[in-house]
Amino acid sequence: MKTLAIDTSTYTLSIGLADGDVILAEQVTNVKKNHSVRVMPAIQSLMNDVEIKPEDLEKIIVANGPGSYTGVRIGVTIAKTLAWTLNIPIAAVSSLASLAASAPVIDGLVCPIFDARRGRVFTGLYRLSNGTVETMIEDRNVLVTDWCEELLQQNEKILFVGQESILHEKTIAEQMGESAVFAGKAVPYTRPAALLTLGKETENNPAEVVPNYARLAEAEAKWLEANEKKTNGGE
Amino acid sequence: MMKKDTYIFGIETSCDETAAAIVKNGTEIVSNVVSSQIESHKRFGGVVPEIASRHHVEQIISVLNKTLEQAGLTFSDMDAIAVTKGPGLVGALLIGVNAAKAIAFAHNLPLIGVHHIAGHIYANRLVKEMTFPLLSLVVSGGHTELVYMKEHGSFEVIGETRDDAAGEAYDKVARTLHLPYPGGPHIDRLAAEGQDTYGLPRVRLEEGSYDFSFSGLKSAVINTVHNAEQRGEVIIPENLAASFQASVVEVLTEKTVRAAKEYNVKQVLLSGGVAANKGLRTSLETVFSELKEVQLVIPPLLLCTDNAAMIAAAGTILFEQGKRDGMDMNGDPGLDIETF
Ligand SMILES: [Zn+2]
Repeated sequence: MKTLAIDTSTYTLSIGLADGDVILAEQVTNVKKNHSVRVMPAIQSLMNDVEIKPEDLEKIIVANGPGSYTGVRIGVTIAKTLAWTLNIPIAAVSSLASLAASAPVIDGLVCPIFDARRGRVFTGLYRLSNGTVETMIEDRNVLVTDWCEELLQQNEKILFVGQESILHEKTIAEQMGESAVFAGKAVPYTRPAALLTLGKETENNPAEVVPNYARLAEAEAKWLEANEKKTNGGE
Repeated sequence: MMKKDTYIFGIETSCDETAAAIVKNGTEIVSNVVSSQIESHKRFGGVVPEIASRHHVEQIISVLNKTLEQAGLTFSDMDAIAVTKGPGLVGALLIGVNAAKAIAFAHNLPLIGVHHIAGHIYANRLVKEMTFPLLSLVVSGGHTELVYMKEHGSFEVIGETRDDAAGEAYDKVARTLHLPYPGGPHIDRLAAEGQDTYGLPRVRLEEGSYDFSFSGLKSAVINTVHNAEQRGEVIIPENLAASFQASVVEVLTEKTVRAAKEYNVKQVLLSGGVAANKGLRTSLETVFSELKEVQLVIPPLLLCTDNAAMIAAAGTILFEQGKRDGMDMNGDPGLDIETF
């Protein structure tokens, strides 16, 4: 099955192509540039390189967040439009699960981190064992300090991955001590191969694939807050 | 030999409508689907860009699908994919642009980026064939422009707003009068019941200019309401709406007529969402009924507000003129109509 995988949920652009279990091509660029300009040309040239035509594709896999709102939307829009118009299945996989699955771990807990500014992160907790990825705690947007407290209850060593985890290493190390192990530099971003493996079993309807923002839009959060005050009779 | 028909698939996501359409030979609508988000922006009193982007990505496939279904056609019947490249909300534009690129790539079709205002102008071609030279008055939530066209695909902006767009002024005045969003239709309705009694200014700018300015007028309305409150007087909303609308319509009509005469145009096209305004339609119809050498064209309401048929219509001309965009095309919130 010829499969194309796309992840644009952070500034890293990851694209992969596989034929069944064989990875045909991986392309990662880890620079802060405009995804909207670069994704389609990158897909086009990579497919060209391994001689796969659009009509040869049999499945699309996309990382649907959380991450950069705009980045996630670009990847999801391209992936679902391609899947819909080529009439092939699509698989939406968590951007954080994909990052976790990029860790060379045989057995253990992995915590992927994307920075969400102001002391917050997009994160989740995954258990990797013999090539399977199990969700232990769902993806969320959370204060790093609150997150560490929750993780401590696992009573197990946890491997932190993702280049943006480095920004929070000090805070995490102080709170979690020896429970925290850091691989931010060794596992900086999602490997397309991890995406390709992760999406293998999943099949979604293209029209129904939407981003997982793990966070309300700011205007909506404020509106809800204001409305709550109203229904509670003022402050 | 008979000339083959041209089918262009259009996509529009520049603001709060997710839209797609198929147009045949640049003049005939085959299918036209618009999914409006207006209900979900109402509670915020205006379009929230992030919310708009979220809706576009949720709606896009169902809109594309309906467009093909209604037409009973497939992409193999299409000659090109046209999409709004700008101006507009950048996050919103990106959904249409990337969907268009994916389709163009999947089916090896030419990709054509279209200027949103060029689209609004070409909505007229779906009603009546264009005769050049022509003048288009484009009035919408984001635009107030007089565009001169000497031929297909050539756009010269001879006048534009220096501050608020007419539609923006309508929304702000509506808010001052505590009318729900979007305010334009409410003001239009109230104005029909009132009299022009408040003596609001007509902002014409310097002699001979075709530019517009509506922020002074908007402030005058706000001041009128404020002063009345201070003096304990009651504002008559119908009359204030009528006074505001009279000022907007008078300036728009006067400049359009003057430009139509100076540029010796054969046609005047009204475009954009505010073209739905009855006050403006009536005023233009009255003046141009006496100006026999100029034909006034006003598209039906459905084609005045944002839609993708207009993008496909403009895209058809660009397609015939050989314009093509690459897979690296981006959304451009500040796209220039004269050079795009
Ligand atoms: Zn518009």
